[in-house]
Parts: sequence; structure tokens; C-alpha cells
Amino acid sequence: MMALRERAIVSLQSVPSLPKHVRIQYDPVRQAFAVLSPEKVFWPNEISLDILRRCDGRSTVGHIIADLAADYDAEQEAVAADVIAFLQEWSDKLLVKL
Amino acid sequence: MSEPVLPPIGMLAELTHRCPLQCPYCSNPLELLKANRELDTQTWLDLFSQAADLGVLQVHLSGGEPTLRRDLEQLIAGLSARGVYTNLITAGINIAEGRVEAFADAGLDHLQLSFQGARPATTDRIGNHRGSHEKKLETARRARAAGLPLTINAPIHRHNIEEVPEFIDLALSLDAERLEIANVQYAGWALANRNWLMPERAAVERQAEIVAAAQERLAGVINIDFVPPDYFAIYPKPCMGGWARDAFMVTPDGTVLPCHAAQSIPSLRFERFGPRSLAEIWTDSPAFNAFRGTEWMQEPCRSCERREIDWGGCRCQAMAIAGDAAATDPVCIKSPIHARMAMLIDETRRTDANTAADDAFIYRRIGVVTEPA
Repeated sequence: MMALRERAIVSLQSVPSLPKHVRIQYDPVRQAFAVLSPEKVFWPNEISLDILRRCDGRSTVGHIIADLAADYDAEQEAVAADVIAFLQEWSDKLLVKL
Repeated sequence: MSEPVLPPIGMLAELTHRCPLQCPYCSNPLELLKANRELDTQTWLDLFSQAADLGVLQVHLSGGEPTLRRDLEQLIAGLSARGVYTNLITAGINIAEGRVEAFADAGLDHLQLSFQGARPATTDRIGNHRGSHEKKLETARRARAAGLPLTINAPIHRHNIEEVPEFIDLALSLDAERLEIANVQYAGWALANRNWLMPERAAVERQAEIVAAAQERLAGVINIDFVPPDYFAIYPKPCMGGWARDAFMVTPDGTVLPCHAAQSIPSLRFERFGPRSLAEIWTDSPAFNAFRGTEWMQEPCRSCERREIDWGGCRCQAMAIAGDAAATDPVCIKSPIHARMAMLIDETRRTDANTAADDAFIYRRIGVVTEPA
């Protein structure tokens, strides 16, 4: 029997984390944060980085949204849509674990 | 050069040319280096340290078979101490008990395991090594047990293109995060064996559909990266992301190259690490600057709107097929000799290749072959 992973769908109760093959690292040469993964290096913008840093394996998506809305002084609803879309995209690429 | 030279992001370290497999499309050069030409541990560690200083974020440890280096754990640990992301590219054969775990303990970030076939008989035949498939399965299991993220790499050609659906099942059954369906690039050994490796056009089209459907169906389950065969394409690949643009490679004796096959360009002279630092070679070496950026380009590349998308394609393919390393990659539909690609595909039909006799391959081995005409 094959124990297949299934595609994870983001919900407010999801607790995202970075999988073992992904890490965020400050690059002193380019003075920017890089996301390192097999074969690919990403250069996230400030907002993406703020989301990824909160994927600590403890905070729920609901909590992350509330936290970001407070930090950015923005409407929770607008933040929620962006955060959920971002996390779904990154989860579909196996760059974030839900 | 008018544009500033950016720091490199990635480096491929060919630690050795020694390998238990003899794949007829090996990316090593036809003239393989023996063990006594390999850099020692300290020199590799110095080189890695300079690479990190230069801005390299990822190092792919390859070969040959890199696990034949007894100091591999030490090399991984050295990179890990500098925060460099390490990827081990292995055939997964005859790795001693406990070593996969030792690589993980040394800080290895990711393991990439090649499968020459999805079926045991294919794997064993292509690599010319009996029992290799079983050993690879065992290596995959040990990698997972050691908590290592896993990519399955499937080099595709005529003799395994029909196994693509089985490669997908294999990668899923091994719990891999990633599968590379990478069609063979015709340089070096693969060029010498081109007539025996070139797939049928219909099989190439079927493969593209199967992979696209699987990518969609398996989103969030497994990442499938697809490298299509470029003889059948209309635009070239941005080889290495552009010559000397963000990556380079080092051969077992410390020769620093912009790509695997660069030594097939006779006008270029490459430098070795040791006599010169990595920074000097990356920035000043005439070979690195020969095709950097866009100023070296001729027409139709020079005025092409895609010149900073594909960077003129592959210089070694231009050399091999157009006879001029500064020509447009003939894969490009705008190349004046693009029609030659279809002729080369047809030529494979005229050989006796469809019978696929094992002894038709020129297996990769030290000292068996001269450069093809």
C-alpha cells in the first residue's frame, strides 16, 4: 500500500511551518533574505517574508492574519485573502507545510 | 564588459569522476579524470569557503559518484558551517551502512537520487550494473528514515520514455518531495550516443501531456520539474541561466567551468582553483567573460527580444551543431540552421537504433572513446 500525501488546503485553523528542505537565511553578500529550497532560491518581498517568518509550526493562520493586520494597520479581511492565497500557493509547491 | 558581474548563487562540485555506473549519457567529459587528479579534502574546503564568501548559497555535490569520496561527511560539514544549502546528487549504489545518516548529521539539506529506469531491468541495463535498482530503493528508504528530503531524478531518452508514468508512481511510493523528469542533453557522452538515445517525436509529445497532467493532479503532493528535450523545441533553454551569470561548476581537479560541457569549446582556456582564487576566476577569467551578458551575441540573438530570457541558449550546442560557440543555439527557430535539428532527429531513424541492442551503447568508461566527428 502506498501511503500517499494529500494536497493540503489552507484554513484559518491550519498551523503552517517550513518543511525541512526549505529555510530562510540572510545573505550578507546581497544584503537580503533568501529562501533556500532544492534547486531554487527565492527572494521574497517584505510582506512575503513577514508571512513566512510567522510559519513557525505554532501559530494558526487565523492568528497570523490578525497579527499581520495589526502590524500593517490593515483590514483583517484584505490581509486574510492575501495570506491564504500566498500560503496555498506555497503549500502547493511544497515550500510550506500545513 | 559594461554590465556589472553579479555574484554566483549556485555551484556544482564534481568531487570525483569515479562511478559504479556507466550511463551512456553521463554529463562528465569523455576524458575522465582518475582518482589521483582529485583535489584533497583541505583544498575542497578552502574552495567552498571562498564560494560562500563570493555569495554562493547552494552547492550541489556531484560526480561521478560523490559518495566514493571518503571525506564527503567532512565536506558537507564544512559547507553546513558556512550556512550553504547542500544537495547531494547520488546514484545511491553501495553506500556503506550508516553513511546516509552521517551525511544527515553533518548537515546535508537534501538528497537527489537518480533512477535510470522505473523498472529494475531498465535501471540495471542503462547503468550497466546488475542489481542497481534494488540498491537505489534501499538508499531512498535510508534517506527518508534519516529525515532527509528527497528528489528522484529520472534522465529520459528513447529507452525509458515510455516509463514516465511509472517514474511518477515510483517517486510517490518512495515518498519523495520532488521528481525531475529530465530529458537527456546531447553533450559529451550523450552526444556520442545520440543515435541510440533520441526519442520518437510521438513519444516526446505523449510524455509532455503525461507530465503536464501529473503536475496538475499532484499539486501539493509532489513537485514535478520537467526538462523537455530541446531538439524538439522552438526556443532554446537559458542554459545555466546564462553563461557565467549565477552558477558555475568545478571538476574533480579544481578546474572552474561555466557549465558541464564548456571544455568542448576549443577556443576557451579554463583556469584551476589554487593558482587563482575563485573570485578572480569568476570575475576576470577570459573564458567566463567570453559569453557573459549579451554583448558577444551575433544576429539573430543580438536584436532578439528574447535575448535576456534564454541568453542565446547553449554555447556548447552551438559549438557542436553550428560549429561556432558564438552562434545562436540551433534549437532556436530563428537560427539559420534550425532545420538541422529535425534532420538530426531523422538521422537517428536511419540507424539501427530501434533494435536497441545493449551493445549499441558506448558505455561511459575511462579511455573508451574519442570525440565524435
